[in-house]
Amino acid sequence: MAGSSLAVPSQLSEQETLIQNIARLAPFIPSLLRASLINIQLLIGLIALGYVFGTLTALLQVYGGKILGTVARIYEWIFRSVPALVLLFLFYYGPPRFGIGISGFAAAMFALGFRSSAYQSQIFRGAIQSIPSGQMLAARSMGMSRIQAIFSIILPQAFRLSIPGWTNEFSSVIKDTTLAYAVGFNEVLRTARIVYDTHYDLAMSVLIFVALIFMVLTLAGNALMGGVERRFRIPGLQVPGHEKTRQSSRTSSDSWGLRLRNFWR
Amino acid sequence: MLLRVEDIHKQYGKDKVLCGVSFGMKKGETKVIIGPSGTGKSTLLRCINRLTPADQGRVWLEEEEITHTRASINKIRAQIGFVFQSFNLFAHLTALGNVRIGPLKVKGMKKDAATKLAMEELERVGLSDKADAYPAELSGGQQQRVSIARALAMFPKLILFDEPTSALDPELIGEVLEVMVSLAKEGMTMLVVTHEMGFARAVADEIIFMENGVIVEQGEPKQMFTNAVHARTGEFLNKISELYGETSE
Repeated sequence: MAGSSLAVPSQLSEQETLIQNIARLAPFIPSLLRASLINIQLLIGLIALGYVFGTLTALLQVYGGKILGTVARIYEWIFRSVPALVLLFLFYYGPPRFGIGISGFAAAMFALGFRSSAYQSQIFRGAIQSIPSGQMLAARSMGMSRIQAIFSIILPQAFRLSIPGWTNEFSSVIKDTTLAYAVGFNEVLRTARIVYDTHYDLAMSVLIFVALIFMVLTLAGNALMGGVERRFRIPGLQVPGHEKTRQSSRTSSDSWGLRLRNFWR
Repeated sequence: MLLRVEDIHKQYGKDKVLCGVSFGMKKGETKVIIGPSGTGKSTLLRCINRLTPADQGRVWLEEEEITHTRASINKIRAQIGFVFQSFNLFAHLTALGNVRIGPLKVKGMKKDAATKLAMEELERVGLSDKADAYPAELSGGQQQRVSIARALAMFPKLILFDEPTSALDPELIGEVLEVMVSLAKEGMTMLVVTHEMGFARAVADEIIFMENGVIVEQGEPKQMFTNAVHARTGEFLNKISELYGETSE
């Protein structure tokens, strides 16, 4: 009896604190947003690093012959199998042992960048290998060297075919940037931690705010990649079925809009 | 001699595809290679420009030995056009881009000059209005004409055609053959693997009949059609003329 009479007021007060919490979170929002800029910097750094090394790894795997191809496969195997956090710690605590100073940011960028390169290499390898062999034959038959053929014919096509895969990789690594929390620089999650360490009651709202930041970033990133895909679109050079799906989803959303409009009439 | 092929052998595993093929071509000649499928006609073409390395035998383009280990193969290939059965146009380039890329990348021509040249070659195959179309937007016949223009833009000494009309719908074969006939009449040196007997009769200086990796018989079309020495040649020619008709003159 006593318990149930207490339950109603306590629920009320919980709702009250949630509203209060949001108000109390406001002063920390600028520093959280500033910290998320560091995540974006880290993201750009690791994606770029991953792109360069991923392309290289893919090229070596496909065209590198036995020795270089094996080196590339071992590289890819290592960075795809070691857990991200373990990599992060290795890159952060490892270099100082050899007298090389490394910042948390640099350690995170290299660890996550190399890791991403291993994944990106497989996106790219798939794209390269899906290009018909006749393209290489035609290029060689007109007197192009292998290198010329790779750079003028194969890569421009493979690049276009790998955009959908990259969109996926982007959505994945953007969240990995919070792992940098573990090597102690003030990215967004660590900043959130500092907030709720001192204001324990804000823990839920600050974490939800961080979640919202990443939801927005992912949405923006996907829109950007969609734009890149449209910008470089060439008839006959898209991932099979990709265009179709997009087309049909648009039609169905249109019909939903129509249905709604008819409903309101 | 513009092209000399001497005793070419090629084997895939236990399968002997070419067993000593020799012939020559003078400048301006058109020769047609015929024969049942699987007799090494396409392999022979690829051995000539070393897209497929021959196991044995030698090939010369004028004074230069293509098969020599130290031959600068890219420079030689730039002088030999190759037209594929499946066109193999570069999918990311427009018709113009496809024709222009050889002069641009292989010959190091300036972009303006290469564009002008490419437009002229597209005009020559009747496709200047399709310059901005991508391969996927063209019909098979149009794609094959672009690929011929692509070969022409390199000013080749010789063009190899590997069954250029075999992948085309019947109604599209004519437009490609028309371009090839006019090339032959302009004096282009052409070596053509085809089943189009109408084309062979109209412009071939010689027909080479191959079977089981060797040349069975070669001669002028008239003589081959009316008076083949080997019974097998006559039999094959009759059968193929029946199958493909001779409407394409």
